[in-house]
Amino acid sequence: MKTDIILSGVGGQGILSIAAVIGMAAIDSDLYVKQAEVHGMSQRGGAVQSHLRISDQPVYSDLIPAGSCDMILSVEPMESLRYVPFLARDGWLVTNSKPFINIDNYPDEKYLFDEIRKIGNNVLIDADHIASEAGSKKVSNIVVLGAASSFLGLRYEALEASIKAIFARKGEDIIRLNLNALKAGQEAAAAQRLV
Amino acid sequence: MKKIVLLGDEAIAQGAIDSGISGVYAYPGTPSTEITEYIQASKTAQERKIHSDWSANEKTAMEAALGMSYAGKRALVCMKHVGLNVAADAFINSAITGVNGGLVVLAADDPSMHSSQNEQDSRFYGKFSLLTVLEPADQQECYDLTRMAFELSEKYRLPVLLRVTTRLAHSRSGVYCQDAQPENSMKLPDDSTQFILLPVFARKRYKSLLEMQPVMEEDAEKMGQNRLIEGGDRSLGIVACGIAYNYYMEIAQQFGLDYPMLKIAHYPVPRKMVRSLADSTETLLILEEGYPVLEEMLAGLLETKYLISGRLSGAVPRDGELNPGIVAAALGLEIRKGMPVPEVVTARPPALCQGCGHIDMYRALNDAIEPYGPGRVFSDIGCYTLGALPPYNAINSCVDMGASVTMAKGASDAGLRPAVAVIGDSTFTHSGMTGLLDAVVEQTPVTIIISDNSTTGMTGGQKSHATSRLYNICKGLGVEEEHLIEIDPLRKHHDENTRIIAAELKYDGVSVIISKRECIQTALRRKKSAAK
Repeated sequence: MKTDIILSGVGGQGILSIAAVIGMAAIDSDLYVKQAEVHGMSQRGGAVQSHLRISDQPVYSDLIPAGSCDMILSVEPMESLRYVPFLARDGWLVTNSKPFINIDNYPDEKYLFDEIRKIGNNVLIDADHIASEAGSKKVSNIVVLGAASSFLGLRYEALEASIKAIFARKGEDIIRLNLNALKAGQEAAAAQRLV
Repeated sequence: MKKIVLLGDEAIAQGAIDSGISGVYAYPGTPSTEITEYIQASKTAQERKIHSDWSANEKTAMEAALGMSYAGKRALVCMKHVGLNVAADAFINSAITGVNGGLVVLAADDPSMHSSQNEQDSRFYGKFSLLTVLEPADQQECYDLTRMAFELSEKYRLPVLLRVTTRLAHSRSGVYCQDAQPENSMKLPDDSTQFILLPVFARKRYKSLLEMQPVMEEDAEKMGQNRLIEGGDRSLGIVACGIAYNYYMEIAQQFGLDYPMLKIAHYPVPRKMVRSLADSTETLLILEEGYPVLEEMLAGLLETKYLISGRLSGAVPRDGELNPGIVAAALGLEIRKGMPVPEVVTARPPALCQGCGHIDMYRALNDAIEPYGPGRVFSDIGCYTLGALPPYNAINSCVDMGASVTMAKGASDAGLRPAVAVIGDSTFTHSGMTGLLDAVVEQTPVTIIISDNSTTGMTGGQKSHATSRLYNICKGLGVEEEHLIEIDPLRKHHDENTRIIAAELKYDGVSVIISKRECIQTALRRKKSAAK
């Protein structure tokens, strides 16, 4: 078993929290994990990505080789497309459809969605909206994680346990909010694939 | 033995705590910052009262760590690669004094310049200082080699340089940790002249450093961190340094390669091992993250019978960090290609946060300096360096910590008027104060804007030495009070601030304008934790 994931978004959108949840779930499932993050300058509203590798065998490279990534998991639609050179031909692209616009020349989202749909295995959901309905816009990152949860090679319960552990210090309400967001994301992705 | 998930940086920090350090000394700098932050947050470190406050700069950090070592205790000092330039005087001379308690110097290099102004390779400093360098390949080695570095430091009575690069510093994996050992007790050096580098003593110390070289090389051959790995295909031999080993193994696994290999993690370069590999294959590919340090040593200036390739020969690109694709290409292999990035995707460079005080400072400065034309603003290292980009286009230089003040002075000496420096509060106390003193002594016409956000912002909001001290520091250095002005960079004060800056640009002496507003990120964090 091996799952290579690129997490992408804009600095401050919470991709490292997604990485932490997946990483802990993988370690608790006795898998090997490597996860390369971006810190420093680009965190200031720039494009950020993280390479997350899970396997039942030791993982060597901290970086995913081009053309072999199993999934791009993105909290922002344009950022999901920035890393398609890494995506394997049969890989999944799972992304929030809500643009984060902090540049003047942000493209028309219609063109972004066209490109996203060109990728056979895509899940495009309005995670911000789903998160609001689940209780808070702030958990849109966990909604996207929920949408990707069926393709990670990890048990759903392992992700839930990891959320409980990671948000333990923040109290029951925050844990419940995140669990709801995870569920809502999973359901939204399932609904979209049936359409 | 417990397994925990740690960044490379955090594994180094945990390794240092478990080695019984009594202090870590550092100035924040990507990709090294998380080491000190981890120790600051560590329960063991808090219980043991391990020193972990930030230092003013890398030189003061290096010297304080040397002082702790003098007193017999173990110390870690951490910095980014360019920080080692700042600390170089103390670092190089610490090889001459040697140590008492174990002293490990961590340099985190940043090939591809993710967050830096160059991609210098700290292994050169290892050679330059004649010290042992350890270069881990993964997170487990970060932990293990940190512990080994302290052992070697006390064995040689010399500092040991530990080198990582961005990818390892900022990548997480599971790490097995051992029990923590106790701290050293305080003990003065046996030889009371050891740390006195008067020529008469320094010559003696230098000779003993030279005499230690063969011992260090023999350890690099024998201690097991450099490994010759057998391979059936002798058409090529691989020498892989540090993290390059991972990229090679990734490709070797994918393509079923079986070349013999020398994995290097411990310098000085183990000559016998290199020779043994070279004699068995005659053709070598050198994979190293950073400069072609090893390749240059092996290929030398004269032709040899060995065929050596790497960054110098062109087999590997001369600049930038490695990745599996580059290593595959160097081996004549091609990895799968993904789809191209769709044309609709546009660049999203880092930007100043909405509500950042630097923005209002630049708006006022731009309006005030407009009549004089462009090209007069020297700046420095920090978030405010983003003022170089649109829509501000406000600055004309960014070289090294503190250079804004002194470059403005030099340009002013050459006749450029007005000459302006824009520097952050933490950068100012790091290396701007001495330059200001130069300007004050000569009454050089310069306008220095200290954009004070009361934190070290770019690296994530560490405590700044400058906080609530700037006015008095400038006054103490001799800036006249009429030309030492504090402004509040808010949009509603724009006209007033522009007038103040415009007036100081005309002054024929040293002006310092402190533009003070708390970093929006630290303010948010402070409010959040206050609400809890």
